[in-house]
Amino acid sequence: MPAHPPGDPVASHPLQIRDLTVAYQRKPVIWDIDLKIDAGRLVAIVGPNGAGKSTLLKAALDLIPKSSGEVLMFGQSYSQVRKRIGYVPQRESVDWDFPVSALDVVTMGTYGRLGWFRPVNRRVKARAMEALDRVGLADYAHRQISQLSGGQQQRTFLARALAQDADLYFMDEPFAAVDAATEQAIVALLKDLKANHKTCLVVHHDLATVPQYFDWTVLLNMRVVASGPTETVFLEANLRKTYGGKLDLLAQAAEAVRKLQ
Amino acid sequence: MSWLPLDTWIVVTGALCAAACALLGNFLVLRKMSMMGDAISHAVLPGLAIAFLLTGSRSSIAMFIGAALVGVMTAVFTQWIGKFGNVERGASMGIVFTTLFALGLLLIVKGADHVDLDPGCVLYGALELTPLDPGFTLSGFGLTLTVPRATAVLSGIFLLNLGCILLFYKELKISSFDPELATTLGIDARWMHYLLMTLVAITAVAAFEAVGSIIVIAMLIVPAASAYLLTHRLSTMILLSLVFGVAAAVLGHISAITVPHWFGFSDTSTSGMMAVVSGVLFGLVVLLSPNQGLLFRSRRTGKAG
Repeated sequence: MPAHPPGDPVASHPLQIRDLTVAYQRKPVIWDIDLKIDAGRLVAIVGPNGAGKSTLLKAALDLIPKSSGEVLMFGQSYSQVRKRIGYVPQRESVDWDFPVSALDVVTMGTYGRLGWFRPVNRRVKARAMEALDRVGLADYAHRQISQLSGGQQQRTFLARALAQDADLYFMDEPFAAVDAATEQAIVALLKDLKANHKTCLVVHHDLATVPQYFDWTVLLNMRVVASGPTETVFLEANLRKTYGGKLDLLAQAAEAVRKLQ
Repeated sequence: MSWLPLDTWIVVTGALCAAACALLGNFLVLRKMSMMGDAISHAVLPGLAIAFLLTGSRSSIAMFIGAALVGVMTAVFTQWIGKFGNVERGASMGIVFTTLFALGLLLIVKGADHVDLDPGCVLYGALELTPLDPGFTLSGFGLTLTVPRATAVLSGIFLLNLGCILLFYKELKISSFDPELATTLGIDARWMHYLLMTLVAITAVAAFEAVGSIIVIAMLIVPAASAYLLTHRLSTMILLSLVFGVAAAVLGHISAITVPHWFGFSDTSTSGMMAVVSGVLFGLVVLLSPNQGLLFRSRRTGKAG
């Protein structure tokens, strides 16, 4: 792992976004995003449908072009620190009938470090197996991925991110449509990553669990409505600004806030 | 049925062509872009025609370059039209390849009509004639062997495709399964896409002369689709697709020189029969596949998980 002196201001900000705007066919999707995330945070990115949560992640990872603005990771551009960044795409973004096993998918997380042309070796396979074990799927390593349940598929994706051995993770809706066991496994994993000073940005849709799972919250609705420690940001007034008049969601949020107090 | 050295060359040439196409077909099928093979194998026509008109020769090098360029352009244009025209991929592919194919036909008919580059030959090929065009002679151990030109070219293409797939195996695998993750890891999925498209274009142009562009489409898609139904492993799928491709060539040629006689006709086109045999083999796989076959499906207890 690259060494950074303790207290180095560059190292202390795994992610810094300045004035980021992204537009699809000249229509802006996210506007003027400014964010600064400290190391070791579990960050929830919360907002209504169409708020640009996935777009924010993809623009940060250079998967879609930025209209303007700058994204720095550990003080450098993304392409310079690629190997320190992990990505968990939405589960529906891939074809689960693809002829690969769970272990194959997790091994893909190591391809970046392996580099071009270098074939998969035993050491890399062992690391992938270890990652599968951490999410409780060691027994399923050789199953074809279509034979896994939705929750197991999601855990396979997380294991793949673990195999990347990154310092900053972007996760797009890892909690979407998973069973309770998987949800607990993911929460345990996030806590584990935090304990190891990793930083995780997680697109999250379940307002009720935000205060419980995340210590930092970014409220997003095309712009950043608020960003800060969850207890100072996750307030009814801010949520109302983020979600507008969508009452059922607000009721959920109000309950979550009440629980927090 | 009488079997001559000629027949062996026809089968070897057909098998090399089928194997070269089947290798690439695996990735086309898995990327859900099987029809891209169709599009490119048609769209290379103007590339061939322009290369011919510019150089005035049927030199393979000029034609390869022309066809490969137009093949990649097909992929690029399809992407652009999909993106800027807001059209779904199938439609933008249809727009690009019909336009390019028509342009190619016009160029051939208007500009190159007096030469031996006729559209019929492009579509159906002349596998039976390939042994008559000697490429080079190998000699050693007191033996001499004259290898037909098409056989030599297709061997080269097969080795090129095999080499690329071995070299880029993990890159092709990840960019087919999860292009976004591949890109974030530094394996740019777009470049892998264009690499694949370039190989398809080169293969299509190498094969069109021998077997015609119709069979290229069949060999790109059908062996890989049959293999897909039989396995859950990518490496096994690739090996099986080769088996299906070669089987289509062998059984195709045998059928072409036997089956018509049963009904009182003379021999038929081997490349046509290869496509028929692949289709029949696919049908058998659909019925008999142990995991997904229709005959076994009723007995299965359902998916795990």
